[in-house]
Amino acid sequence: MKFKSLTVFLVISSFFLTCILSIWKIMSTLQGLNFTDLNITGVFFNGILLSLLFVLIGNRINHLIKIFLLSFLFSLLYFFFNETSAYWYIFGVFLITVFFTNKLKKYNIQSLTEDFISEKIIFDFITLFGIVFFAFVILFPFYIMLVTSFKTQIALLVNPLDFSLDFSKSFAELFKSYFVIFDTYNFGRYILISSAVSIGTVIVTLLFAIPAAYAVARLNFFGKNFLSTSILIIYMFPAIVLVIPLYTVFSQLGLRNSIFGLLIVYTATTLPVAIYMLQGYFKSIPKEIEDAGIMDGQSWFGIILKIIIPLSLPAITSVALYVFMIAWNEFLFSLMFLDSPKSFTLSRAIQYLSGDAETPRQYLMAGSVIVTLPVLFIFVYFEKYLVSGLTSGSVKG
Amino acid sequence: MSDTLSKLEKRTAYTLVLPAVLLVFAIVLFPIFANVWISFKDIKLKDIRIPEPRAKKIVKSISENQSELKIIYKLRNSSLIQEIRNVQFQDKFPKDISPINLDSRCNFQSKKVICNFGNWEAKYRENFEIAIKNNNGEIIDKKKIKSQKPILSGKADNPLLSTNFTLDNFKKVFYENNFVELLLTTFYFTFFGTVGAIIFGILAAQLVNQNIQGRTYMRGILLFPYVGPVVALAYTWTLLLDPNSGTLNALLVNFNIIEKPINLLGQKYITMSILGFELKLRLALTTVIFFEIWRYFPLAFLFILARLQAIPQSLYEAADVDGASPIQKFIHITLPQITAIISILFMIRFIWNFNKFEDIFLLTGGASGTRTLPINVYQQGFAVSDIGMGSAVSIVIVMLLISFMVIYFRLIGKKANEI
Repeated sequence: MKFKSLTVFLVISSFFLTCILSIWKIMSTLQGLNFTDLNITGVFFNGILLSLLFVLIGNRINHLIKIFLLSFLFSLLYFFFNETSAYWYIFGVFLITVFFTNKLKKYNIQSLTEDFISEKIIFDFITLFGIVFFAFVILFPFYIMLVTSFKTQIALLVNPLDFSLDFSKSFAELFKSYFVIFDTYNFGRYILISSAVSIGTVIVTLLFAIPAAYAVARLNFFGKNFLSTSILIIYMFPAIVLVIPLYTVFSQLGLRNSIFGLLIVYTATTLPVAIYMLQGYFKSIPKEIEDAGIMDGQSWFGIILKIIIPLSLPAITSVALYVFMIAWNEFLFSLMFLDSPKSFTLSRAIQYLSGDAETPRQYLMAGSVIVTLPVLFIFVYFEKYLVSGLTSGSVKG
Repeated sequence: MSDTLSKLEKRTAYTLVLPAVLLVFAIVLFPIFANVWISFKDIKLKDIRIPEPRAKKIVKSISENQSELKIIYKLRNSSLIQEIRNVQFQDKFPKDISPINLDSRCNFQSKKVICNFGNWEAKYRENFEIAIKNNNGEIIDKKKIKSQKPILSGKADNPLLSTNFTLDNFKKVFYENNFVELLLTTFYFTFFGTVGAIIFGILAAQLVNQNIQGRTYMRGILLFPYVGPVVALAYTWTLLLDPNSGTLNALLVNFNIIEKPINLLGQKYITMSILGFELKLRLALTTVIFFEIWRYFPLAFLFILARLQAIPQSLYEAADVDGASPIQKFIHITLPQITAIISILFMIRFIWNFNKFEDIFLLTGGASGTRTLPINVYQQGFAVSDIGMGSAVSIVIVMLLISFMVIYFRLIGKKANEI
């Protein structure tokens, strides 16, 4: 029994260590270090040795001293068996081992005899592994997007694995792609258009949605149930089936290539979500407050303006941020309706850039960074509002 | 009294709701019905421009005498297919200028030449000339004449509004369009994309729900692919997966995992031999499905996490007392608690994946076996320029969607209200 759980412990923990060290090796390869072998088996057996030593030493020496000693030994071993001379790389290995051995803290010879300990070990390390895995898989493309925008076409062709940034270059040299897309490709204009369309959509959507959501939440009228179910159904309908009729009608009305046309479409497509999210919140406001307002002789306009809006500012903020993000990220309609570079939004402009095979990839990535940053910034900054909104309103995507 | 109050309430409600409803009707519901109309018509992209009469004005000197000029109007019908009826022409001249030998179709009054050109058939062209002279014998300012633009008007049929209907589009959709393959691809993409997103969502939610440090940061990071703009993310992935200089292939080759780069987005099939069996895998489609999973598992993750956090901790404590293993706890406590949300997520994501256009369009453009129904709408409507066909494919999508929704509301509509 004890032998079985010890084996599970050694294999699983060492497997985890091998995974993080491989990721570290891959990331270092992308910094220009010349590795050609992941050396998985070597690391794996060293890892088993490390875990075994850790368990055998047990509580005989202070935990801190133990982990630093073991990590130092491991790094030294790693240094002699690997093909590198970069000290920062070995230092990284050392830090990773310290992190790893620290995670082993709760295991010793005694704890390996507990009930279900093998399952618990597997769960523990799969959790750790999962977090590293998910974080890596998600952040890696964003990282590549960012660093590619600082490289040059030639450097990338010579060595597609070297993403190291040369900080000895001047500021203008390093940010060259960004200067180019602003100077030659007019990205300043596209940022303005995208912002105007997105902010415009937010304002118009709120103007239409707040009264409608209030009516759906509070007032009794014929067709109310029908309306609230059809909001959900309309929400399910895809943009792609609207495209052809809207394209033909907009062509004949001359609304193509106009920001106004885009604004109407964005507003109409975001209205159902906005109404749905807002009415849910309005329902949670105690009705007595409004009754007091009615007693004071307020009209519905006064009630909405003076009672409902101030009380539901958090919900309105989250709806506004969502609508902004949807409009900012929108691509299909801007592809269909805009074909003159004068009226491009950012997304459309990047797609247009990529249509030319000659466009160097760092320009494309610089554009991508520019279109991504505001959204991520808003998301990180307002995460609390947005996450609660997401789960209540389920934003389409 | 209460009667008038409820009447007032109703009227207020309608005024509040009406603007939103009208806008949504015009932009969302009207196009769905318009699709039905267009799908029964033989209509191409070039037909949707309403034909109009056009004129290009060229001013020429006749001789040495600069008080006389010749104006040539290059008249044409902008449409190659349709006639324009009852074309009216009007051009204005400065004072003291009058035409010489004016065409019989025209007359001159109060400084204006007004002509009635009758009907122009499709592709109609004519070089129409007017000679003018200055009554006082002074020099005519060419630029001034040139800057005055003629006004033309005429009546033409709007092919969108005509009442010729045909079933050809639907025949083509079902018989000439590789319809079965199209449908299968769409279903593969939708089904595996949905299932994959939910599985990864459960895994991620289970991870984040453990008591780990930096849990909120992790939750934020996991949502990045979902909130980022499609265009940026799709191009980053195209770059990563590029066979010639993409990072992923370069890494795999560098570490000797593969011998030569694989064109993950441009190759339709890949043959793999597993245990002696030759397995043919739809490579590009699989890659696109993985992108789809990468981008949309965060939504599943978030919903499942919210549900997981609502499970009372006492259930797990009781299980601990009973001596349950972690796997038993997951199967007997966690899983039953999240089945409802998973079934809802499955349906919602199924419908949205079914309609997904941007992701596939940006990654492969529908090439190498990744053509789904929404991609086909675009290809028919704008690449082949057949608006009618595009609409017919849209109608097929709408029909399928309606049947999904009916199934959805029958099966889990009630459950959805319980949550």
